[in-house]
Amino acid sequence: MTLIAADRITVELDGREVLENVTLNLAPGEIVTILGPNGSGKSTLLRALLGILPLAGGRIDRTSGLRIGYVPQRLAIDRTMPITVRRFLSLPVRATDQAAAAALERVGMAGQGSVQMTTLSGGQLQRVLLARALLGQPQVLMLDEPTQGLDQQGEAAFYRLIETVRTETGAAILMVSHDLHVVMAASDRVICLNGHICCEGTPRVVSTAPEYRALFGLGTQGALALYRHEHDHDHSHDDRQDHPHVHDHDHA
Amino acid sequence: MTTGKTTRMSTIMTMLDDFLVRAGLAAVGLSLATGPLGAFVVWRRMAYFGDATAHAAVLGVALALATDLPIGLGTLTVALAMAATVAGLAARGWAMDTTLGVLAHSALAFGLVAISFFPGVRTSLSSYLFGDILAVSSSDLALIWLGALAVVALLVWRWQALLTATLSEDLAHAAGLNPDRERLVLVLALALVVAVALKVVGALLIAAMLIIPAAAARGLARTPEGMALGAVALGAAAGLGGLGLSLWQDTPTGPSIIVVAAVLFALSALRGRV
Repeated sequence: MTLIAADRITVELDGREVLENVTLNLAPGEIVTILGPNGSGKSTLLRALLGILPLAGGRIDRTSGLRIGYVPQRLAIDRTMPITVRRFLSLPVRATDQAAAAALERVGMAGQGSVQMTTLSGGQLQRVLLARALLGQPQVLMLDEPTQGLDQQGEAAFYRLIETVRTETGAAILMVSHDLHVVMAASDRVICLNGHICCEGTPRVVSTAPEYRALFGLGTQGALALYRHEHDHDHSHDDRQDHPHVHDHDHA
Repeated sequence: MTTGKTTRMSTIMTMLDDFLVRAGLAAVGLSLATGPLGAFVVWRRMAYFGDATAHAAVLGVALALATDLPIGLGTLTVALAMAATVAGLAARGWAMDTTLGVLAHSALAFGLVAISFFPGVRTSLSSYLFGDILAVSSSDLALIWLGALAVVALLVWRWQALLTATLSEDLAHAAGLNPDRERLVLVLALALVVAVALKVVGALLIAAMLIIPAAAARGLARTPEGMALGAVALGAAAGLGGLGLSLWQDTPTGPSIIVVAAVLFALSALRGRV
């Protein structure tokens, strides 16, 4: 069973092709992480899957009535808006006090309902965003760089929390990240993205893939390599000059 | 029973005959709409947007005079056109600060020039710029309350969606809402408020009536609803207080209302500091 099936989707922003020919399937209960450098189209892919961005090509099929919980990359609440955590959890769908309390407890924010949103730390805000997403009892949880601004410990704790959520609710989880180590350990499947899918598979397979090592400069031939590609790898669309990533053909 | 009701009705009618009662009711009616809408203007940083729409009302007055339409309809039409233009340009990525500056002041200037072609109106020009709440008629009052209640109904109906879209367009999208539609709701409400407020505080001070009570309510509230209701209360207090100040010191009423609102804002800001 597939919850979301994206078939060769292409997305353009301001006339520039940001994603090309991306195919991705999401099954219940799996944790999939999209990895890629800045500007590789990770957030764009999530936003396309959510239906926020129009497609320039390809198609996306969702199971009918699919409930998606979304945790955005950041939430800049204007200081002019007073709003408590409890009130925020009821947007846009009103949550009962009981459900709101349970959601806060699950993310480790029990009893924090009366706190003002603007006073939360980065980690607390991520937890509240997650609690809000969980209130909709999502079948798919999409998180855009959920550990941005967290220290290593906070990061590890957050991923443990995500894994608990998966175990308890059976939701599929699709995460975007640009950090490697913790995220690799927490995922069932990793997709390396750089405008197109460079490689994908289990963390073990991906971490040894030359495309992955190249993308993150982990190659044995020097960390300076911005992007070294293998010639058996499909880069046919890369001839266009406006493509975001830089090629280093010098394999020395 | 019937005679009792009739007596009460006639008492109310007599009260409405009093220009002061009508003025007070007009001020309270207006604040019902400017409170919650003003909160959104503050949250979404639409102050200039409000200014541009309000200044367009002067052009609307000229249009109404030229076509013999009711003033309210003329201002509503032009305010709506201006708000839609600004929203459209913003969506196309125009530099909003400059664009709004150009549009707001051009609308005002064009309006003033256009009105000057109607000689009889020149003398009453200041009532369009600064309001003439003491001259509110019973039918004006009915329009003010109908318009204000329409705005309140619109905002209450879309409240949850509007708040979500104001916090984050992405969150709204992900929840199946359309942020563009919610923006349109605010544009419509703003045009209605401009038409309603013209008689009370005048084109130049409508934006002040939106922003100042809402900003004053910010420090006193813990939730968006609290801030919106606080803005209604402070707006009504400013309206009645300004009316009193105007009678007491024989000052122009519209500016007096804003003066009281500004004092309330200052008090609220001081309280927040402590």
